[in-house]
Amino acid sequence: MRLVNWGSAAAVAAVGGAVARRLLGPNDGQWPPRSAAPSGEARWHVVTVNRPLDRITPSGGLPEPLAQLGDAVEVQLRPAPGDRGTEIAVRLRQGEPHGVAGAAARISGEDPRRALRAALRQAKQIAETGEVLSPDQPPTSRETLLNRPLEYATRHGREEGRL
Amino acid sequence: MKAVCWEGVNEVAVEQVPDPQLLNAQDAIVKVRRTVTCGSDLHLLGGYIPFMKRGDVLGHEFLGEIVEVGSEVRKHKVGDRVVVCSFISCGRCWYCEQGLFSCCDNGNTNPAITETLWGFAPGGCYGYSHALGGFAGSHAEYIRVPFADQGAFTVPDGVSDERALFASDSAPTGWMGADMAGIRPDDVVAVWGCGAVGQMAARAAMLLGAGRVIVIDRYDYRLQMAERVLGVETLNYERTDVGAELLERSGGRGPDVCIEAVGMEAHSPGPQFIYDQIKQQLRIESDRPIAVRDAIYNCRKGGSVFILGVFGGLVDKFPLGAVMNKGLTLRSAQQHGQRYIPMLLERMARDELITEHLATHVMPLSEAPRGYQMFQKKEDECVRAVFTP
Repeated sequence: MRLVNWGSAAAVAAVGGAVARRLLGPNDGQWPPRSAAPSGEARWHVVTVNRPLDRITPSGGLPEPLAQLGDAVEVQLRPAPGDRGTEIAVRLRQGEPHGVAGAAARISGEDPRRALRAALRQAKQIAETGEVLSPDQPPTSRETLLNRPLEYATRHGREEGRL
Repeated sequence: MKAVCWEGVNEVAVEQVPDPQLLNAQDAIVKVRRTVTCGSDLHLLGGYIPFMKRGDVLGHEFLGEIVEVGSEVRKHKVGDRVVVCSFISCGRCWYCEQGLFSCCDNGNTNPAITETLWGFAPGGCYGYSHALGGFAGSHAEYIRVPFADQGAFTVPDGVSDERALFASDSAPTGWMGADMAGIRPDDVVAVWGCGAVGQMAARAAMLLGAGRVIVIDRYDYRLQMAERVLGVETLNYERTDVGAELLERSGGRGPDVCIEAVGMEAHSPGPQFIYDQIKQQLRIESDRPIAVRDAIYNCRKGGSVFILGVFGGLVDKFPLGAVMNKGLTLRSAQQHGQRYIPMLLERMARDELITEHLATHVMPLSEAPRGYQMFQKKEDECVRAVFTP
């Protein structure tokens, strides 16, 4: 199995510099690795992209939406079993908020997982379809008192969820 | 442009809204020629799917002419007469490659809502709430069609607008139910619901070799239409012991395949309707699964039940014991239309699949509120109201 690990090199890739790329041999048998995040507790957020590994990283760098996250994240990729493409796993280097702190971060709009989820979804869409599907603009709907919660949910439609 | 908008529970109005724009390179803009009400719209109207905003454009089953294409559209050009699948699918994710187009990973711009509700997000759908992407619907003069090469299909010469319109949703939905339920030659197939989808499922069952097809509803005018146009057997559940009839007509075995084409607002003459209605109105359960229960109960041992009707959330008194102990196969899906539409258009061209009888009421878009009222209340023997923008 071939694993590819990007760390802080993502930031370098984002500005067009050389990408430090490390191929990992077999680790503890777990994927994504169970080792703790560099600082704090963070879960891996994983998507499977229906494209082979070499199509996800054609120029040796991370897909642009992930590269833009820079030093904030660790990224690992591996071929998915059963010819399902490539698994991309991303986690926050500084850990992610939990419990009350997590709820507060969500409410305040400062949850760092939002940018991570959006970037993962965008990277997958670009690799599979060539672009990120835009919501209809301008909207035909009007904001009302009753639909404010729904407005909030749709504003963050790609940033929340189970990913 | 003019469009038919959701304005609140059971409120529909024709309004001026912004024209759609090309937003992605794979988009097309379609000038809508025909767009039709669907029974699943009634769940939106009734407030049973609480993800609508005031001003959302309704409609997901339509046909029209391409008037603009994005730079990456390859299969279509301006002037093409196309029918468009109601579900928005990329055609290139793993699910689309398996033919499970409505499960597309990339067609829904608000995946968080349905991921949270259902575990994973299906694809997008036109005019079907922000849970399915918030895309503007087809009850309008123009509509944006994302992934146009995947979802728009050129209508063959010789197939009329009136017929091809139903290749957008009703016909592929019905066909999918019959196909994925695994109908085999000489099977007895029972279909709950004699609306457009139920009729299309019944016709598909016949074309796939079923020996006997029995459609169940409470509206005689719909049952008579199915007998006359499709040549199927029918049962009115308000006047007939459906279970006893199905036993008689299946040699005491029960139907091999049971297809449910009713959805979350099912009716019943029995006390279970009152039970479910009260619970639904109190929001203790979100859907009334009466026809699903009947389909499961009446299906033969080891048989197949396919749920085509739209459900949104949680149901009560689900007969899991019958499913388990009878060894049933239970399947369901939103429609994987891209998998079936080209074949269905060919069958339409050969007159094997007739659909135009479903359009019982055709009217200008400006009369859509009246059309929805007729459709919702089943006035004037309405099966489907078609709007011509």
